[in-house]
Amino acid sequence: MTKSALVIGGGIAGIQASLDLADRDIHVYLVEKDPTIGGKMSRLDKTFPTNDCSACILSPKMADCIGHPNITTLTYHEVLKVDGEAGNYKVTVKKKARYVNPSECTGCGDCIVKCPSKGIPDQFEFGLVTRKAIYIPHAQAVPRVAIIDADNCRMIQSGKCGVCQKQCGKGAIHYDDKDEEIVLEVGSIVSAVGFQVWDAKIATEYGYGRYQNVVTALEYERMMCASGPDHGHIKVPSTGEAPKKIAFIQCCGSRSEKKGWKKYCSSVCCMYATKQAMITKEHGDVQEDIFFMDIRSYGKEFEAYIHRAENEYKINMHRSSRVAGVEEDPKTKQLIVSYTDAENNRCDDAYDLVVLSIGLNPPDGAKEFADVLGIELNEYGFCKTSVYHPLETTRKGIFVTGAFASPKDIPTSVAEACGASAKAGAYIVDKDFVPCEPKVYPAEKDISGQEPRVGVWVCHCGINIGSTVDVPGVTEYAKGLPGVVYAQETMYACAQDCLEQISTAIKEQNLNRVVVASCTPRTHEPLFRTACREGGLNPYLFNMANIRDQCSWIHMHDQEAATEKAKDLLRMAVAKSALLEPLQGTFIPVTGSAAVIGGGITGMTTALDIAAQGYPVHLVEREGHLGGNALRFRHKEDGVAVQDFIKDLISKVESCSLITVHKSSTVKDIPGFVGNFKLILTDGNEYPVGAVILAVGASEYKPTEYGYGKDAKVTTILEVENALDGGKFNAKDVAFIQCIGSRSDTVNYCSRVCCSGALRNAIAMKMKDPTTNVTVIHKDIRTYGFREELYNKACSLGVRFLRYCVDNALPEYDGKTVKAHDSILGTDVEVPVDCVVLSAGITPDREEKEEIAKMLKVPISKDGFYFEAHQKLRPVDFATEGVFVAGAAHWPKFMDECIAQASGAASRALTIISKENLISEGIVATVNENYCDGCGVCKGCCEYSAIDIVTLDDGAKRSVVNAGLCKGCGCCVAACPSGAMEQKGFTNAQVMAEIDAFFGGQ
Amino acid sequence: MADFEPKIVAFCCNWCSYAGADGAGVARLQMPTNFRIIRTMCSARIDPEFVLRAFSKGADGVIILGCHPADCHYIGGNYRARRRIALLRMVLEQYGFDPKRLRLEWVSASEGEKFQKTMVEFIDTIKALGPTPMKEE
Repeated sequence: MTKSALVIGGGIAGIQASLDLADRDIHVYLVEKDPTIGGKMSRLDKTFPTNDCSACILSPKMADCIGHPNITTLTYHEVLKVDGEAGNYKVTVKKKARYVNPSECTGCGDCIVKCPSKGIPDQFEFGLVTRKAIYIPHAQAVPRVAIIDADNCRMIQSGKCGVCQKQCGKGAIHYDDKDEEIVLEVGSIVSAVGFQVWDAKIATEYGYGRYQNVVTALEYERMMCASGPDHGHIKVPSTGEAPKKIAFIQCCGSRSEKKGWKKYCSSVCCMYATKQAMITKEHGDVQEDIFFMDIRSYGKEFEAYIHRAENEYKINMHRSSRVAGVEEDPKTKQLIVSYTDAENNRCDDAYDLVVLSIGLNPPDGAKEFADVLGIELNEYGFCKTSVYHPLETTRKGIFVTGAFASPKDIPTSVAEACGASAKAGAYIVDKDFVPCEPKVYPAEKDISGQEPRVGVWVCHCGINIGSTVDVPGVTEYAKGLPGVVYAQETMYACAQDCLEQISTAIKEQNLNRVVVASCTPRTHEPLFRTACREGGLNPYLFNMANIRDQCSWIHMHDQEAATEKAKDLLRMAVAKSALLEPLQGTFIPVTGSAAVIGGGITGMTTALDIAAQGYPVHLVEREGHLGGNALRFRHKEDGVAVQDFIKDLISKVESCSLITVHKSSTVKDIPGFVGNFKLILTDGNEYPVGAVILAVGASEYKPTEYGYGKDAKVTTILEVENALDGGKFNAKDVAFIQCIGSRSDTVNYCSRVCCSGALRNAIAMKMKDPTTNVTVIHKDIRTYGFREELYNKACSLGVRFLRYCVDNALPEYDGKTVKAHDSILGTDVEVPVDCVVLSAGITPDREEKEEIAKMLKVPISKDGFYFEAHQKLRPVDFATEGVFVAGAAHWPKFMDECIAQASGAASRALTIISKENLISEGIVATVNENYCDGCGVCKGCCEYSAIDIVTLDDGAKRSVVNAGLCKGCGCCVAACPSGAMEQKGFTNAQVMAEIDAFFGGQ
Repeated sequence: MADFEPKIVAFCCNWCSYAGADGAGVARLQMPTNFRIIRTMCSARIDPEFVLRAFSKGADGVIILGCHPADCHYIGGNYRARRRIALLRMVLEQYGFDPKRLRLEWVSASEGEKFQKTMVEFIDTIKALGPTPMKEE
């Protein structure tokens, strides 16, 4: 019997893991202990570094998840017991009494209005507001159904009330609901239970809980958020007025030996605090100060983000400032923050609001949960994993993803979630595997001959659109547009409730066109098209007006003109929609194999994960051997030498019958499209593949600084590691100089791995000979996460740290001493040296990447790495379907991160190559035979050989389009001299209608 | 001419320039509101008739934004767009339009800043040229 997979935890990591499994036709149980999925991400206002609205990018995923035919979402359920073994687990799950039947509840809220209880702290809003005993967790909750809090319900406690039951027209409320136990049979388990935030009350010196105007960062997210308690108007709690001065205190609960604090770095706080400061500036004029020890902006485009915060948003960055304490002025309730400034002066400054950047803890009850699963935790209480197996727990068949393994950001969690699903899928897909049946949608209604009946939804997008564009005004305006019979404004068009509203309105209002004015069709069109299908409407009868990305966000300071523009864009979209026709896609057969370009750790891991599920892989490596950059590492991780791990990995790859390794090979071209690429190597051989994964890595920067290559004393981290390993290291006075080839005027990014690499070797030097003088000259030490251990150990072994100011020129070196300006002491310091180790950064090999990028039509970021489809939620996908990226080709990263991402890319590729057919877009070219005289102009300009000229019986010639090959560019349509060619979905008449509508304003 | 607010049609291809325009939004790059974007899958879909229609309806300027040369999602669509637009500019000039009113520019998916810069420049150009000659008739 085919087993299901179990995903525990319905945050973004659990959602992604479920979706990836389900997209491979595997049935998934998603168990979430809270009444709604969405996790911590659903509480965030915006996300760094794109400042995307969190709800906007998460809601589509939540909607996908709840609506996915292969996912059984069990909210308000808890795992009690796991019996059995990998491939054959029996999991006992408690269905907690909700007292409201989710399949009967419509989320109308009538019960809530009448419930007589009050004053119960609302956990979703962190107690900033109150709720009733019967409540819907929040506006974007999925599923959006009510729940009764039994402890506060009069009826359940004393039998005296029952108001809500009387109110409920659906009879959904059942006071006698009981906890129940169910048993799920699953092949494998993904644990994605996330994290808990650190309890800020432990930091008594900061006064959280005592002083009204000290809040935690997560509370502040809610204060900023349009769907939060104050609708996005940030207020000082004691006065209700807008704050004029805000202090952000970093490392609250992190990087400290203090009792109750955590030694590790929480990895995300520097970035989220900077984001909060930036977004606050968009709310109003306010002075903001961030107090931190090191700023840890090590991720993709994070460094540029910090620069923007400092230079464009004028946020004051107080480096090396651990805040000693916060005192409240009892009269004004202002907060006095005591800190040491860059000149080493003790300062006391008053602020209206203090935001504590609290760290990430293991989830509540992690120990009990680990016992239930039979897995081990690490010394910090997070799930135990290893560098070489970052997604595996200590029990076979149980995998981990997201912050449960270590504090991490959203894209890393998402990439890992994909990876964990690849691993979990391997226990389910075997020779007897029976895939889930495809979803059946309601029959499409016939709209032929009907006048347009357009339904319009105008989205506030929290305050993203609503604060600039007059959404009610635009909605009112929509009602007067030709063909519009229904117009509605909505807080979040992409939220589950609105999607359901669209499906329902199609039926109830007999709509035959739907237009949503919100964000960009590039990310959200598929979601709304699905909503149309749910309502029985062909998905191509949907159109979007982009009034956020291309209107409210770029015209924030001209509300009137932005509103006019939004009306124009909507009018244009409605005009086009009236001419839309129902379209059908065609089936495209898929080649069930993949090409992996790059044979380093990343590429090999991807290849093995794909092969593990029975699909052939072509692994292309330009060198004569596999292994990549990691062949140069000489250290151990988790007690195992990197070289031993690589040897093992190489032998697994080379002995795998499904993997064909092409050594000393490069790619000549990869023409084709999703499901049907042709990998052409320079030796002329060709291989059909369904998906392509780019794992081409990056290189160590070759320093031009400090006479490297000429002066024998000057070396790099990898070289010094080699010398230490070979017993050839004898220097007594060592200086590491950080950020060589990183964070400079020409290279704007942080290379992420060099701080840890330097400290790893600094420690090795001290361990070898404690009398060696080791100085690390740095800008910030970025040993994020548990890597902070390296920093602590280096300090305890007597490694000296010297911070040179970020804006200063590099330290000087004259062959004998290194001279640097110590920005903490405020003086120049001379360090005598007989060895200078340059922490050379990672360089993207841009030219090489561009070559492949051009073949596959994928973009490159401004820093020279591959540019993924979405920085937050599609970290290993390209916008071009069927092409994926992993490892250092995407961004510099550590081995464990590369391995996790490699599995992630494998999973994404599997969602394609595991299918026999894909359904193509319906947007293809078509010929009107009445106008075509077979001239062949269209054939000449088609890049895909999708057009043939055929001779009819009467000798006349006609153009014929092969819809399976047509990519829908529309080039032939513009070229056709007789107007016979049309592009479905972008017909001449449709585009003309858009143009006319712009100028035909009302 | 100080209060002249031109009306501009911007055709963007789905894969590069439309994504670049979205990118400008994501980065909150501010610019004047004078243009409206019409999305097509490829810049090669821009039928010269679309441009002429926009001008005939009263557009003060038309800009077409495509993928950089050799980066076209559809292999060579942008090259065809380039040839068509070059010809069309000649035709427009014959009809008394300043060819500067029609512009073709390359903006990639990661070039939000270039999108902003291009639009600001084009709006300035059109403002300097004044209202479309269609208005004088």
